[in-house]
Amino acid sequence: MGCTKFGELWDRTAESLIIEASSEAIVDAGIDIKDVQAAWFGTCADDVNVGKSAIRLGTTLKTPFIPITRVENLCATGSEALRGACYAVASGAVDIAMAVGCEKLKDTGYGGLPDFAQLLGTDNRVMFPNLTAPGGFAQLATAYFAKYGLSAEDGKRALARVSAKSHRNGALNPKAHLRNTPTVEQIMKAPIIAWPLGLFDCCGVSDGAACAIVCRADMAKDFRKDFVYVKSLQIAVSSGEEVAYQTWDGSYVETTYRAGIAAYKEAGITNPREEISMMEVHDCFSITELVTYEDLQISPRGKAVEDIEAGFFDINGTIPCQTDGGLKCFGHPIGASGLRMMYEEYKQLQGKAGERQIENPRLGLTHNLGGFPAMCVVAVNIIGNEL
Amino acid sequence: MIGITSYGAYIPWYRIDRKVIFQQLGWFNMANAAVARGEKAVASYDEDTLTMAYTAAADCMGDRRRDDVDGLYLASMSLPFGQRQNAVIVSDALDFRSSIRSADFTGSLKSGTTALLSGIDAVGSGSSTSLMVCAADCRVGKPGSSQEYTYGDGAAALLLGNEGVIAEFKGSFSVSHDFIDSRQLTTEKFEHKWEDRWVREEGYLKIIPEAALGLARKYNLQISDFAKIIIACPVAGALKALTKMFGAQPEQIQDNFVAKVGDTGSALSLMMLVAALEESNAGDKILVLSFGNGSDALYFEVTEEIDKVKPHINGIKGHLDRKTDLTTYGKYQVFQDIIPIEVGIRGEAIAPTAMTVLWQQGKTISTLQGVRCTVCGTPQYPKHAVCVNPACGAIDKMEPYRFSDKVGTVVSFTGDNLAFSWDPPQIYGLVDFEEGGRLFLDFTDCTLDTVSVGLPVRMTFRRKYEDKERGHNGYYWKATPVS
Repeated sequence: MGCTKFGELWDRTAESLIIEASSEAIVDAGIDIKDVQAAWFGTCADDVNVGKSAIRLGTTLKTPFIPITRVENLCATGSEALRGACYAVASGAVDIAMAVGCEKLKDTGYGGLPDFAQLLGTDNRVMFPNLTAPGGFAQLATAYFAKYGLSAEDGKRALARVSAKSHRNGALNPKAHLRNTPTVEQIMKAPIIAWPLGLFDCCGVSDGAACAIVCRADMAKDFRKDFVYVKSLQIAVSSGEEVAYQTWDGSYVETTYRAGIAAYKEAGITNPREEISMMEVHDCFSITELVTYEDLQISPRGKAVEDIEAGFFDINGTIPCQTDGGLKCFGHPIGASGLRMMYEEYKQLQGKAGERQIENPRLGLTHNLGGFPAMCVVAVNIIGNEL
Repeated sequence: MIGITSYGAYIPWYRIDRKVIFQQLGWFNMANAAVARGEKAVASYDEDTLTMAYTAAADCMGDRRRDDVDGLYLASMSLPFGQRQNAVIVSDALDFRSSIRSADFTGSLKSGTTALLSGIDAVGSGSSTSLMVCAADCRVGKPGSSQEYTYGDGAAALLLGNEGVIAEFKGSFSVSHDFIDSRQLTTEKFEHKWEDRWVREEGYLKIIPEAALGLARKYNLQISDFAKIIIACPVAGALKALTKMFGAQPEQIQDNFVAKVGDTGSALSLMMLVAALEESNAGDKILVLSFGNGSDALYFEVTEEIDKVKPHINGIKGHLDRKTDLTTYGKYQVFQDIIPIEVGIRGEAIAPTAMTVLWQQGKTISTLQGVRCTVCGTPQYPKHAVCVNPACGAIDKMEPYRFSDKVGTVVSFTGDNLAFSWDPPQIYGLVDFEEGGRLFLDFTDCTLDTVSVGLPVRMTFRRKYEDKERGHNGYYWKATPVS
């Protein structure tokens, strides 16, 4: 795998980021670019730079007329690119495939994600509220606080602990965009972006690229000894119930729960809290991470705050979460994030995470969410170092 | 018998203390101290003539069958569209049929009573059996003028018919004069006014009596015949002089609520009529005198049916005290679109609206009409073809279902400071309806600290966005607290 430093990379082009990430991956795999037989290109909002279709990846990498597919599933795009590459080798269609995710979001000129009026077609301008990502997810928090009787202060403190933990990890990561370590108090007092989320409850927007090279499991040992198995790739998409039917109560993400069930089944996991070693979840907002602990059946419903306060998800806790700093410290170049998450789990499994290394990891989980809690697509992927 | 069968009104939530205006601009024209008293109603950033007219008409309709109405006339001096009929936007929002007559009445302050007379003629002639007349205005007084103090925003609605009449139409007399107290080309943002004393002496004090006397002679009436006299004159001194001139008693004269709401233009005479009806009793005769390029004089006699209708209506009484302070003149100026303001990249990002899609979506947008599954009975929005109930999943088994008159509770919400808003933070969330169904909506007429999970809300028709570059306003529905 390969991954660039993420950040406000004003002087970098999309092409240079693609080259950097894929070069690292190619060297890591011990192959030549010409050995790649098919590629998947994940990019979402960057029509400014890379445009539509797969063309830009082929012309950048100078691949010799191989099949390349552009994929987009909002913020789950990175995982979607990996899915395409993995299914290609698993089906036997090709032996070696590549997944690249790249986004130059800072070139859109927005602080935060661009306006969504173009995103859901006419609905977004004519019917839906003029919502932003922070606002869409902040609703999770008001519903969660009300359901479990959390005061605004206690709720915000739990959220602040989530972000503070990620910042401590990101400070150890040279590839992260943000490497400062705000305190829980500073995070709680930060200006409100969308109530109750403050500035430090929200991940930033940034530029970056990441890359994965995959092959069939029986061939992997020909390339390296410390390869990693993809044990599960699952996606769940909203059925339309959440936004139009009354059973969902707005305080969790149904699609995460469903994708998790499918992923655990595919990977043969029966007790995730006991069996998962580490996680990279979609911490676009601190509240998303908090409810994800429960949606992935790690924390029991309503008990995520207890686990947070006990340090369960800290780097020296039982299931370290966001060991690389997460979206919180990397920002969220949409197409790249899913692959950046996978990069960290991959390095951890190989014992190459440096200062952030956790002891003897077996199974790493990545969780990648695109859209809003009421209408979303979630990818849950599990990799491990044993068959 | 033909006449009024129901009434309704609307006064915006925001009120500005006139002293606040004087503090900012009194230095420019100290004479305005005379009008810097009381408070006036200000349409919110998402309100305009059409949204106010809808709300007054919905108040008037109550639980009545929408299908029964066969016409809607809308009167205003501040219609948003010079071309694109304003009245049908309101009738669509009310979920009236398409097989109706609709018309805009504009150009004069007496257009409210003119629309009323035309509606009465339609019912009287048998062309219509049930016709809605609305009048609404949100005129902008030029900064520094006395109108900036006196003009207020509001709306009234009267349902006309020949059954269940609460106030029988008895007769009218109209005069029309090119009396140019005020003038404005269609291309201008602000009006021009002639001198106040001339308007009083030659206008109010001659033209209103001319219509009143014409009516009195035509029907052999005395001023003492009337329980209530509505004179749509916003100038206190002129109103007093007319009272004296007519030999009327002070208790006969309907309050024009300029002190609390403001001069609501073409809606004034109809709002005053609503206020009079709210307090009236069977047998009362009510005289209405409008003013504006002439005067319409009309009179009604209240029937016993009025007591059946009164309890169900908010009207003027129900809206007067439903208010909040618009505390700064700067906010007033932004709401009235008087000053340029930096909307930033998010405010500028207005995606084009496809008229084809609006037409195709039809009542889904204009009426907040969803569907109800005929198999499992679940209301749902928008027009799902596949039932959202995961235990049902029936395909194409839907019937139309109106959400605009339903109430619900808040499931989740936020106050978004990042989203562009004319009145930040942008408050929105999920709403569950008592009778089923769920919507994702903007909230309005509330502050963040008053919104909570479980708060009861109802639907209100608002201007969701303005696309000035492309000459379009997007109207849609928002949730607002029930109280």
